[in-house]
Amino acid sequence: MSDLVFDVKNVTLRFGGVVSLNDVTMEHRRGEILAVIGPNGAGKTSLFNSLTGVYRPQEGTITLSAREGHPISVIGRGAHRIAAAGVARTFQASRMFSALTTFENVKIGAESHRGIGAVGAMLRGPATRRDEKASDDKTMELLEFVGLKDQANVLSASLSYGARRRLEIARGLATSPVALLLDEPAAGTNPAEKLELANLIRRVRDELGVTILLIEHDMKLVMSVAERLYVLNFGSVIATGTPEEIRANPAVIEAYLGSSETQTSEAS
Amino acid sequence: MTPELRARLGRLASFFAIAALVAVMTGPSGSNDSPTLGFTQSFAQPYSYFGLFRGQRWMVFLTLALVVLGLHTLWRRGGSGVRSKAQSFRQTFDAPGRRRTSALSALVVVAVVALLVPHLITNPGIQSGIVEQVLAYVILALGLNVVVGWAGLLDLGYVGFYAIGAYVTAWMTGRLPIAAPFHHPVSSFAAIPVAIVFTMLAGVILGAPTLRLRGDYLAIVTLGFGEIILVFSNNLTNVTGGAQGTNPYIPSFTFRIGGIKYLFGNVGYYFLVAGFVAATIVLFRLLEHSRVGRAWTAIREDEVAAESIGINPLKYKVMAFAIGASVSGFAGAVTASQIGVVYPNTFSLYFSVNVLTLVIFGGMGSILGVIVGSVLVQGIAVYLRFYPPSGYQASDLYMYLGALLIMMMIYRPAGLVPSKRRRREIRQAEAGIGHEGDVLLGEQP
Repeated sequence: MSDLVFDVKNVTLRFGGVVSLNDVTMEHRRGEILAVIGPNGAGKTSLFNSLTGVYRPQEGTITLSAREGHPISVIGRGAHRIAAAGVARTFQASRMFSALTTFENVKIGAESHRGIGAVGAMLRGPATRRDEKASDDKTMELLEFVGLKDQANVLSASLSYGARRRLEIARGLATSPVALLLDEPAAGTNPAEKLELANLIRRVRDELGVTILLIEHDMKLVMSVAERLYVLNFGSVIATGTPEEIRANPAVIEAYLGSSETQTSEAS
Repeated sequence: MTPELRARLGRLASFFAIAALVAVMTGPSGSNDSPTLGFTQSFAQPYSYFGLFRGQRWMVFLTLALVVLGLHTLWRRGGSGVRSKAQSFRQTFDAPGRRRTSALSALVVVAVVALLVPHLITNPGIQSGIVEQVLAYVILALGLNVVVGWAGLLDLGYVGFYAIGAYVTAWMTGRLPIAAPFHHPVSSFAAIPVAIVFTMLAGVILGAPTLRLRGDYLAIVTLGFGEIILVFSNNLTNVTGGAQGTNPYIPSFTFRIGGIKYLFGNVGYYFLVAGFVAATIVLFRLLEHSRVGRAWTAIREDEVAAESIGINPLKYKVMAFAIGASVSGFAGAVTASQIGVVYPNTFSLYFSVNVLTLVIFGGMGSILGVIVGSVLVQGIAVYLRFYPPSGYQASDLYMYLGALLIMMMIYRPAGLVPSKRRRREIRQAEAGIGHEGDVLLGEQP
C-alpha cells in the first residue's frame, strides 16, 4: 500500500436534499501534485471543504496521515484542528487579512501553531522574543520564496490578484504544512502570472516537499502541473489518471463539452 | 547650529523640564483661588541646603538637573554595555510600525499632565471624582477595548464583571451579610487579586458556551448576563445587602510596612490608580503587538481564513473575554474600596453603555484613543457633576453621550484617535475591499 496523506473513502455530503458529493473515493499520495477538476457545481469546493474540516460529510471516512503511520479522522474535527495537524489551504476568492500588511499576514500563519500565551505576550520574556524572531525570519524566507519580499510592508489589500494568490500560499506554507490545498489559484490571474504560479507550485513540492492538491478550472495550468487527476461531475468521480489519460477519456470530454446525442439519452 | 550642539541643548532642556516637574510635584499645593500659587511657591521658596547655605528651591532642582546631566554625559562616554542593554530594552517597547519619537513624546506629555493634575486641583470632591469617574473608567475602557476593539465582540454585560469585582472586595473585607472567606477579613489590597481571579473565571464560564454565537446574539447574551447580575445584587439581600448596599464602609487602601502606615487619601488613590493605568497600558501595548493581538485581528477580519491557518477562534475569543472581564473586576475592586460602598443601582445597563461609548468615541482598538476618549468624556461628566449648568439633571448625561456618539458615527466613525488597523478596515469597507488606491501603508519607521 502506498503512503497516503489523504485517504477518502465513499464520502457523501448532502445539503438538505441536494447531494453535493456522492460516494467519492480518492487517494492522495504523499509528495504528489494531485488535481481535482470538473465543471462548475461538480462538487470540487465541497470536497475541498470536507478535506479541511469546514464541511462534515454524512457518510464515508476521510483519513489524514500528516505523519506516516499516524492517521487521524478529518470528519468531526474543526477546521483549525485540521490546519494545526498540517493541512494548509488557500481560498477560491482569496481571503487575506486585508487591514494587515503582507508581512503580518504571513507572520500570523508562522506563529499560529505556537502556544497561546497572553501572559507570555504581556511579559515578553526571552522565550517570547525568541519565538517572535523565529517567526519573523520564517516570514521573510517565505516572502522571498514566493517573490513578495519587496512588498512585505504593503497593505495586503493593495496587492494585485496574482500577488494575493502568492501571499495566500506563503501564509499557508508558514504553518509548516504537510499538504497544501489550492482552491482555484489561477482564477483572476493573467497568463504571465499563471506561468509563474505553475512554477511556484512545482517549487513548493520540489523544494519544500509539500504535497499538493489543486482544484482548478484552467486546463492548461492543471495539465502542465498535475501528475494525477480526479475528474468530478455532479458530485461523483467520473475519471482518474494521468493528464494524458484524462485528456483521452471520453467521459471527461463529454462532461466538459457535452454531447448532443448522449446528453438527452443519459439524462432521461 | 550643529546637530551635535542641538542634541545637547535638547538634552539640557529635557533635564530642566524634569527638574521643574519634580519641583512642582514636591512643592506646596496651590489653591483654587490662585492655581498658579503652587507653581510660584514650588520654585520661589526659601530653602536651606542641609543647613549649610540658604537659597531658593529652584536652585536645588537646577543643581540636581546639572548633576544628572553630568552623569548622563559620563554614561554616554563610557559604559557602552549598559547602553546597548538599555537600547534593547527600549526596542521591546517599540511596537513595529510606530514611530518611536511620537510615541515617546506622547507618553511624556501624558505623564506630565498626570503628575500635575492633583497639584492643580485641590477640591477633594473633584479629586475623588477624577479617580472614580475618570481613571476607573480609563481602566474599564481599556479592558472593554480588548473585547470590542481587538477581538471584535460586542459585550453589553461588561458591568456584570465590574459588579462581581466590587462584591468580591466587599466579601473579602467582611462587608457583606455573608461571612468573609477567611477567619479574618483581609485588606482591600489583598482583595484585588481575588477579585481578578473571580471575574476572569466568570468571563470564561460565560464566554466558553456563548462565544460561538456571533454579533447580535452575543450582544443579547451578554446583555442578559449583566441584567442577571443586577437582579441578583438587588434581590439577593442576605448575600449582597440588597438595594441598601454594603455595610459598613469598605476600608480604603492602606500600607503597613514595619511600623509605617500609609492611608491612601484622594491624591494617594489618584497616583495609585494612575499607576495601575500605566501598567495596564504597558501590558496591553505588548499584547496588541504580540501574536495574540494579531490572532484577534485575523479572527475579526476573516474567521474562516484564520481557522485555515490553525487559529482556534473560540479559544482566542474566550481569552479576550476573560481579559476584559478581569480588568472590569479589577476596576470594580478599586472603586469599591475608594468609594467604600457597593450599591446595586450602579450596575445598570447604562454603565456598560457608558464604557462602550468611551471605547467607540476614543477609537476602537486604539489604546491612546480609548484613554483620550475616557478622559474627555468622563472629565466632562465630572465637570458637570460639580459645576452643573442651570436645569441640568444628572441623568441628562446619557442624553449628551448619545448625541456625542451619533456625531462621532457620522463624522469620525473610527473614533477620535483611530487605531491604524481599524482605520484601514473602515477605509477599505468604504472603498470596497481590494480597492487599489491610496491605502499603502505610509507609516514605516
